[in-house]
Amino acid sequence: MTLLSVRDLCITFGDTPAVDGLSFDLEPGGALGIVGESGSGKSATALALLGLHTRATIDGTIAFDGLDITKATDDRLRAIRGAGIAMVFQEPLTALSPFHRVGDQIAEVYRLHTGASKKEARARAIEVLAQVHIPDPERRADAYPHQFSGGMRQRALIAMALSCRPRLIVADEPTTALDVTVQAQILDLLDEVRTTTGTALLLISHDLGVVAGATDDVIVMRAGVAVESGPTDQVLVTPREPYTRELLAASPQPSAARPISSPPLLRVAEVRKHFPQTRRRGLRRLEPVKAVDGITLDVRAGETLGIVGESGTGKTTLARMMVGLIPPTSGSITFDGVPITRRRGRSVQMVFQDPLSSLNPRRTIGESIADPLRLQGMTAPRIKVEELLVRVGLSRSLYSRYPHQLSGGMRQRVGIARALAPDPRLIVCDEPVSSLDVTTQAQVLALLEDIRRERGLTMVFVTHDLAVLRQIADRVAVLHSGRVVELGDVAQVWEQPQHAYTKELLAAVPVADPVEARRRRAERRSVAR
Amino acid sequence: MIGYVLRRVAGALLVLFGLSVIVYALFYLAPRDPAVLTCGKGCTPERLAQVHAAMGLDESPVAQYGHFLQGLVAGRDFPAGPDVRHCPAPCLGYSFETDQPVTKLLADRLPVSASLAIGAEILSLAIGIGAGLLSGLRRFRFLDRVVNGLILAGYAVPVFLIGLFLLLLFCVRLQWLPFPQYVPLTTDPLAWAQNLLLPWTALAVIQSAGYARLTRAGVQQTLAEDYVRTARAYGLPERRIIRSRALRGALVPLVTLTAIDLAAIMASAVLTETMFGLPGVGQLLVGAVNQIDLPVVVGVTLLTGFLVVVANAIADLLYAAIDPRVQIR
Amino acid sequence: MTLLRRLFDDRAFATGAVIAGIMILIAVFAPLLTKLAGQDPTTFHNELLDSARGGVPIGRFGGISGEHWLGVEPGTGRDLFARVVYGARVSLGVALSALALQLLIGVGVGVAAGLGGRYADAALSRLTDLTLAFPSLVLAIALLAIVPQNWPRPLLLAVVIALLQWGGTARITRGETLSLKTRDYVAAAQVSGAGPWRVARREILPGLAAPVLTYAALVLPSNMITEAGLSFLGVGVRPPTPSWGQMLSSATTWFRADPMYVFLPGGLLFLTLLAFMLVANGVRRVIDPRQSEVLR
Repeated sequence: MTLLSVRDLCITFGDTPAVDGLSFDLEPGGALGIVGESGSGKSATALALLGLHTRATIDGTIAFDGLDITKATDDRLRAIRGAGIAMVFQEPLTALSPFHRVGDQIAEVYRLHTGASKKEARARAIEVLAQVHIPDPERRADAYPHQFSGGMRQRALIAMALSCRPRLIVADEPTTALDVTVQAQILDLLDEVRTTTGTALLLISHDLGVVAGATDDVIVMRAGVAVESGPTDQVLVTPREPYTRELLAASPQPSAARPISSPPLLRVAEVRKHFPQTRRRGLRRLEPVKAVDGITLDVRAGETLGIVGESGTGKTTLARMMVGLIPPTSGSITFDGVPITRRRGRSVQMVFQDPLSSLNPRRTIGESIADPLRLQGMTAPRIKVEELLVRVGLSRSLYSRYPHQLSGGMRQRVGIARALAPDPRLIVCDEPVSSLDVTTQAQVLALLEDIRRERGLTMVFVTHDLAVLRQIADRVAVLHSGRVVELGDVAQVWEQPQHAYTKELLAAVPVADPVEARRRRAERRSVAR
Repeated sequence: MIGYVLRRVAGALLVLFGLSVIVYALFYLAPRDPAVLTCGKGCTPERLAQVHAAMGLDESPVAQYGHFLQGLVAGRDFPAGPDVRHCPAPCLGYSFETDQPVTKLLADRLPVSASLAIGAEILSLAIGIGAGLLSGLRRFRFLDRVVNGLILAGYAVPVFLIGLFLLLLFCVRLQWLPFPQYVPLTTDPLAWAQNLLLPWTALAVIQSAGYARLTRAGVQQTLAEDYVRTARAYGLPERRIIRSRALRGALVPLVTLTAIDLAAIMASAVLTETMFGLPGVGQLLVGAVNQIDLPVVVGVTLLTGFLVVVANAIADLLYAAIDPRVQIR
Repeated sequence: MTLLRRLFDDRAFATGAVIAGIMILIAVFAPLLTKLAGQDPTTFHNELLDSARGGVPIGRFGGISGEHWLGVEPGTGRDLFARVVYGARVSLGVALSALALQLLIGVGVGVAAGLGGRYADAALSRLTDLTLAFPSLVLAIALLAIVPQNWPRPLLLAVVIALLQWGGTARITRGETLSLKTRDYVAAAQVSGAGPWRVARREILPGLAAPVLTYAALVLPSNMITEAGLSFLGVGVRPPTPSWGQMLSSATTWFRADPMYVFLPGGLLFLTLLAFMLVANGVRRVIDPRQSEVLR
């Protein structure tokens, strides 16, 4: 019998439909992926499966193991939650109660659904923590969530999901908040869980690569409607619908190599940045945090240098030192031979990650773009600002709008316009597309490349996403623990990585080709063994 | 941990030192001479000089302060006619007005202020948390509005106004209670509680407003958190969610606030005590200030400062104990 | 401005604002109003008191009549309307002046601590903590008792209140400044070459307006309560200057015989405070809907 059968599901909030007529089936032990950009209705679907919506009207049927969820009583629903269907949420830090120990939280859920004794429940908690490969599970069960790292917390959430032996696990963007190597581990874990316990998996993500290697079937959603559905091998390799094709095309594609041999424009020499630790042990202070620990590299004129690393590797600190925002603890950064701090505002500019916090909410976007021009002494910058707006693909009339009135992609274009305003020679981009949808991301990347070519700019592109760099960068520097572990032409680093960490990063990059994704998983597994 | 304790102690000493310096400095700017008051009527210049010397006022301010510090740590000897009075450490001197040891005066009056503070605090917590919880859960729309309104009103009233109103209502109009007269707990617990009922209520009206608001906001905020959604997604019954997650999260700031408020009530008990005629530490202060009774003023100030500082330190410790995310730094 | 419209949509805020506005007008036009009534706050009218009953005003409700709109004060016979109206002047005047000073000092210290280096921040935070740890009522009493009689008392009260209670403002300002400092638009301005003064002026200060104003709206009634309390204890304004707190203090001895003497200043004080509280609440809800902390 089909485990989960959804027919004509419609979820409406007020008068806005989030999901409009969705139907699919899931067999026991199967793996289904739901892919879509933000606003496509995928998370709303997940919550509806557990009857967790409080303010939405739900039409249609959701049949789980014969029971219709949309019409079930509260008691029946509560019995299913956790024991029949278990959910793994996106943000592991906030998903667990900070006041209770991890083991206790898992045991509580287990006891609730099985009526087991405290001892039995604790044994089960330790058992599932071990099942998700958390080292030293007995001790870790007594720890609090904030004492776990991001990846371990997500494993703990998966452990909680496993504890009552559910028949279906729904994972809603389970890896979005994680680093790329950890992401790969979690996806491997979900796959392992599915094959060893026979639990069905419903995997929801905006990232095609995440879904590619972990599912048998996939549904592509857009604005609440299923645009295309079918076996993953088919949909992602030979898509029928134009939207699916658009999604696939938007994934970063490798670009032709451009050998750059011009002289260095920006030199970073033995730069270190140490932050003093505020926590103390006894009366002494702990060792300072070494965010950047001896980096030397050159940025050649006219090239795009990519800097890749996971969170906490120091790449943002490095980026900010490169524009002169933070002074290095030791070492020097020079632009055309002159220390970078004296070149601020004129030759170097920055594009920031979060388009919302990078624009002053109380100022019109026109004024925000005009700011660097005013600082240079220009008294009537309006004409130039309007020119810039048009150049980045926005309308002139947006001059007097406020940031909250624009979408994320538009705000990021404004950020780029502001960076271009003082005619800089070097632009440092700190994760400029990481918080954007995949189609918007592709557009903004295209814009950046276009501008660079047109003005002969030099760019430094900082990101955690190697795939993006493959498209946009000429050379790549791989950062790990505050040091550069590999530096070279992008094609070379991609095909023949030298350092172990680079290899690990490459193996973890999600790809939208299912065959390739499975091959990488096998490779990762063999390395782990 | 040791480092933390040492640092807090150092901070506390700094505050107390600063306080005592300020009070001493204030009195040296005073235009009136306390010796004149003590000397009384028919004061001749010679007698005035004698009183000066007896009170230790003939020395320089710095020397006086030095003696004071010495007395705190090691005890002091005061001239008293032909003999010498020994005042054991911590010595806060003798009252200029009544010649009693300040420490004794404070010790006599502290139980009154403490009774007032502790009782009021318990009452405020009970009312405040209860009202805030009910209101925050949004079960009864009407109750929520009423509580909201009461919170606003409670905040907006000075304690002596409520006290006045309560006295008028319960002692004059309805005559349900006699006028408050302090009876020590050890003498007659029932009378003690009965007499303190009105002062407790007056303080509780204001305090509970703050607690209700905090609890309500805390409960609402916690219920919107992700971990409550997880708990629901795993089938936990609503009542358990409220108890183990919502209330827990909301109460963390409240517990620490209690410690601070206890000290704050005692520090500002002046008004309540004056209003209700309770012989506490605050009332002592008002009298002493009007009489320029320096040792008493210094004594009261240091005592209240000490209580505030200790309460703050305890509050920080409690916070770290209750919220596992907070670490002692 | 849509902000004002949103504020006035809230009936509670509108009510509070109107009442507060009336009180401010009364305070400002006090001399004019008393002249209209034909009275003044200091003249004794002993003939209106019943000396047989210990100085209680003759007539109902504390001696209300066509000449004395709100009756007279027991014990002295002074016109109550005039005294109450002038009392409004003192209450509001002291509270507002203290608020202005508190904002000046508090915001100054807070911004300096937030934007300054580690040492400036540490030093100023210590100072703020010290100020917050002082038992302010106790010190206020001590301070006020010491000062010579001939200094202008209301101004002194405002200064004392401000000096002892700027800590809360400083703490909030520092917190907000620290949070604003990390916003990317501040970094963007710095990358474009803006110096620290320009950043403070153009990026930080405007962002402070909302939270500081919200806090200030609560500080005003708190100042009024402090002034009333100090006057109640006898260390605030000196006679013959009328103050609601002081009148309440005398009222404690008269309340059995002449309850109007309690209700008038007491009721007006309560009403004014409530009005400002409603205003503060409304401001908070509109400007900063996520702020749910109790402000102390």
